[in-house]
Amino acid sequence: MTTEARVTHAETAPDARTTGSNPLVASGIDGASVSFRDVVKEYGGHRVLHGLDLDIAAGEFVSLLGPSGCGKTTALRVLAGLESPEGGVVRIGGTDVSHVPTNKRDLGMVFQAYSLFPHLTAVENTMFGLGMRKVKKAEARDRALAALELVGLRDFGDRYPAMLSGGQQQRVALARALVTEPRVLLLDEPLSALDAKVRVQLRDEIRRIQLRLAITTVFVTHDQEEALAVSDRIAVMNGGRIEQIGTPEELYRDPATPFVADFVGLSSVIPAEAMGGHATVFGARLPLRAERPDGPVEVLLRPENVRLAADGRGEPATVLESTFLGSLRRTRLRTESGVAIRMQHSADERLAFGDNVRIEVSADSLAVR
Amino acid sequence: MAGLTRTGAPSTGMPGTPDAAASAAASAAAPTVTPAAPSPSGARAPRSGRVRATIAPRRATTWVILGVVGLVFLIPIASMVEFTLRATGGGYDLSHYTALLDPANAGKYAPIWRGLQGSFLLAITTVAIVLFLLAPTMILVTLRFPKLRRPLEFLCLLPLSIPAIVLVVGLAPIYLAIGRAVGTGVWTLAFAYGVTVLPYAYRAIQANLDAIDVRTLTEAARSLGAGWGSVLLKVLAPNLRVGLLSASLISVAVVLGEFTIASLLNRQNLQTALFVVNKQDPYVAVILALLALLFAFLLLLLIGRVGTAAALRRSTPRKDPT
Ligand SMILES: Nc1ncnc2c1ncn2[C@@H]1O[C@H](COP(=O)(O)OP(=O)(O)OP(=O)(O)O)[C@@H](O)[C@H]1O
Ligand SMILES: [Mg+2]
Repeated sequence: MTTEARVTHAETAPDARTTGSNPLVASGIDGASVSFRDVVKEYGGHRVLHGLDLDIAAGEFVSLLGPSGCGKTTALRVLAGLESPEGGVVRIGGTDVSHVPTNKRDLGMVFQAYSLFPHLTAVENTMFGLGMRKVKKAEARDRALAALELVGLRDFGDRYPAMLSGGQQQRVALARALVTEPRVLLLDEPLSALDAKVRVQLRDEIRRIQLRLAITTVFVTHDQEEALAVSDRIAVMNGGRIEQIGTPEELYRDPATPFVADFVGLSSVIPAEAMGGHATVFGARLPLRAERPDGPVEVLLRPENVRLAADGRGEPATVLESTFLGSLRRTRLRTESGVAIRMQHSADERLAFGDNVRIEVSADSLAVR
Repeated sequence: MAGLTRTGAPSTGMPGTPDAAASAAASAAAPTVTPAAPSPSGARAPRSGRVRATIAPRRATTWVILGVVGLVFLIPIASMVEFTLRATGGGYDLSHYTALLDPANAGKYAPIWRGLQGSFLLAITTVAIVLFLLAPTMILVTLRFPKLRRPLEFLCLLPLSIPAIVLVVGLAPIYLAIGRAVGTGVWTLAFAYGVTVLPYAYRAIQANLDAIDVRTLTEAARSLGAGWGSVLLKVLAPNLRVGLLSASLISVAVVLGEFTIASLLNRQNLQTALFVVNKQDPYVAVILALLALLFAFLLLLLIGRVGTAAALRRSTPRKDPT
């Protein structure tokens, strides 16, 4: 799975700006594996991480996804050594780093808040970590410029942070984090302060660079779309625990818990009766994806698994709201039995409030809650 | 003091509680920029400009206020200048100024030079206390013990409400012990002065601390491999430059003007020397008082300069949005 994703991304990446000759890319980075074992973190008696377990392979891009306050940042900070856990073990490259201070963990980190040193120019900021590693000035400068080139800001090296836009500042922060060729790259919602367009652009760029450098990356976000777009695997967190970890496809198709189903992608919950591994929804009898005893179950339908039915078939429903999203439309409906449904369909089918339609399921199997 | 206010930001919220600190860190859009800089959206600047235009006093009122304040300050200074220019036999000349530098009077004015020497030594020691004790403490409190911020502030501002004479009564027995332990050198006064300058130095440094995101800068530096020494010297000190400089300069100004404590603890500094010489030669005393005033004035001017220069350099408007 991992390799598959990698190939696709590498091929579709817009590679015009950076060439293969970039020294940072050429030298590559030896990403290290990361593991959390039963990590517990408390703030003043209030438990924020409840025995977190997480394994990340070398070179893998894993997102921590979850609602605000679920402990994503805390997990990242524990990994960075900025917080010390009350229990459990954190390993980087197989070694227990519990007693290794942050500055010795060999990490690159990009923060949610703008974190460039205001008194240094972009290139000086980028050189900072190299200076700490006693790299000679001239060499450090060359490497810093190469890193800035990687993020498309080679010409902005002499600017102070206040003279850069938010997106540019985060790019420089990324270059600064990458230039030391760290074993693990930690990103704590680096895009949340940016506007939507820049966010998507920079998100894809981060993924492209990550693939080229093969650097182990932990990416914290509360934006499920962002996580789905860039990750090898996503760990969905809730209340200090990991609810499910898997590839974006797995999470989307087979959410393990109602929380994951709700949080990753939109879905509608429909009550049905299970009978011999099948359930009937809107007149169609379909196999259940997970085994359930006979009796009442709740099945999950993604908006794209619902479509308008030909006359006489399916379930009658009333349109509550229909939103034009460019290439498609998303419509909220209520069936006659009172179930709320989200449906995604072609933009040509113009539905309006109060329209009476018939809907059916377009999937060949059903996810069960 | 006018220069001081410019260096600082209005304190944003109360990072006293960890929750507030966390949310401040999370929500701060551009915490590393001085407050004079435009916010990323740029929406703030024009609004505050409009507000200021409406709430500012009218032009005439402004001039009246400036005039009154100016007179209150200028009249005593002008009369001091006038006094020092009076010739012994009537009329005006510079004789008192030249007398000060005349070798023949060396013995008579010796206490002044000694006092001046003492005061400079004290100024340096006090500044050292501010830079190497107060500033690191404040940084430590900001990073590690945000809950202690209010108590520290209270402690640092306390000396403002204690009259020097009360301070001396309390300090006298301590200075007996200090005298026995490290001698009665004039520099030992720096311990007391370290306390008297606390409120001013604290305000100057805290304003600067509030204007930068100390925590994020520190964590960024740590993640890049910086030890604590590098964090302090290469990251925090340059960004606290304005605050540290202001704190130092205002400390120097306070120390050079201090009389009560030195006098009551029987140490010789510039002001006590002036007091002694004043009895024999009031002209010289006033001349030196004027010079001290001028020096303090230049210091304050410098503080203002430092503040605006730094603010300008960092807030140069950016040209092209991404
Ligand atoms: N320094 C702290 N002191 C006390 N409580 C804290 C501290 N930092 C975080 N918390 C608490 O720990 C919990 C998890 O916080 P964390 O910052 O990890 O959440 P998050 O998942 O990153 O949320 P967000 O998406 O809002 O950034 C929250 O309830 C928060 O209030
Ligand atoms: Mg967070």
